[in-house]
Amino acid sequence: MTNLGSGTVYTETVVWSPPEAYVNDVPYQLAIIELEGGRRITGRIEGDRVQIGERVSFTEFRNNVPFFRKSS
Amino acid sequence: MRQVAIVGIGKTAFGAFADRDLRSLAVEAGQKALEDAHAKPSQVEVFNLGNFAGPSFVGQNHLAPYVAAEMGITGIPATRFEAACASSGAAFFHGVSAVAAGLYDVVLVTGVEKMTSQTTPRVTEILAGAGDLCGEVRAGATFPALFAMIARRHMYQYGTTREQLASVAVKNHQNGAKNPLAHMRKVITMEQALNGKPIAEPLTVYDCSLISDGAAAVLLVPFERAAEFTDKPVRVLGTAQTSDYVALDEKEDITTLQAVKTSAQKAYQMAGVKPADIQFAEVHDCFTIAEIIAIEDLGFVKKGEGGPYSLAGRTCLNGELPVNTSGGLKSKGHPVGATGVGQICDVAQQIRGEAGERQVRRNSLGLAQNLGGSGATSVVTILGAA
Repeated sequence: MTNLGSGTVYTETVVWSPPEAYVNDVPYQLAIIELEGGRRITGRIEGDRVQIGERVSFTEFRNNVPFFRKSS
Repeated sequence: MRQVAIVGIGKTAFGAFADRDLRSLAVEAGQKALEDAHAKPSQVEVFNLGNFAGPSFVGQNHLAPYVAAEMGITGIPATRFEAACASSGAAFFHGVSAVAAGLYDVVLVTGVEKMTSQTTPRVTEILAGAGDLCGEVRAGATFPALFAMIARRHMYQYGTTREQLASVAVKNHQNGAKNPLAHMRKVITMEQALNGKPIAEPLTVYDCSLISDGAAAVLLVPFERAAEFTDKPVRVLGTAQTSDYVALDEKEDITTLQAVKTSAQKAYQMAGVKPADIQFAEVHDCFTIAEIIAIEDLGFVKKGEGGPYSLAGRTCLNGELPVNTSGGLKSKGHPVGATGVGQICDVAQQIRGEAGERQVRRNSLGLAQNLGGSGATSVVTILGAA
């Protein structure tokens, strides 16, 4: 799969009331990431929580869902 | 194009009704609208049913003839309209179009949803079907999460605060407490609203509308025939439906819902009025942030000023622009497929001077705004006194 590279958090939330498929994941952070080049994608944040404007790096796809982590 | 009138309105109570099925709710609302217009089922020439997810919530499909036949209505076009939470707004828009075009004279538009027979995680999943399943929903987005992300961005760009969001909930519960058909008829305090259980940060349970059962209906005829049905017709001055991208991450600026702006512009133009002329409105407060964005995108206030305007009480029942005098989706309830027509009934009720202790004084020009998904469908309707 493609490496999405790094990007900036455009917006985010922490979900506490999940859909049926994700009841075991809560709470989880969901974010819209603006990638280099301007394209936006919705993905999950792993590790430390992030805020709007912070830099994140792509880690991997899990079940076609892109995961990102706060850039060090 | 012919002028269209609403000559009958009918609503069930909104709430959690374990003993009621989808069809009985839709039939009750439709019969009330017909009775209100002194009309017989045999006079109905078209039946439009707004319903978002009956097949998922209750398993039944082919809903429009299923409901119509139970009312004794057969032999006519009976069609279900699906546009997420704007399903019955869309059913209404197309009903008005048919009458305005001169194709039909008597059109019954009903909206219905039966949601409470499912668990909250299951309801959350069914509602998420109004989002993009291959992108945002697969990543774990729920509708509260999508609007939470809109709220975060609105806070970031315009300094909107938690108190401003909460003030919408407090105000809508004040109104809903006075509405005999509302789902949650209780007032809440600012402190409660600020300290609710988190659903999707920064939204708490008090920022979210309710999971409800209910139905609403209106009867439409050409204005020139209104007197055959009622002595209190309400004029449909303008109605417009527009679309946009389904996925939130495809919208250029998520603090503005483009479909709301375009549908509002078209409806204002059709009605020949300006935002400042509107005296009161029912807007789609599926979440508190949605009401703040709605009053901005409808042109009542400038972008970014919706929060301060709400917190200052200007949208209260006795404010300069009463918004959601019914209690809104927050307190009145949100049986999603019924919401669009429900709002139109609420605006019509105000124009007819029948809103009881919620009655607004300036009641000759009102607006209803019905939103589907995170803004992929918007229907704006402007109603006026005859």
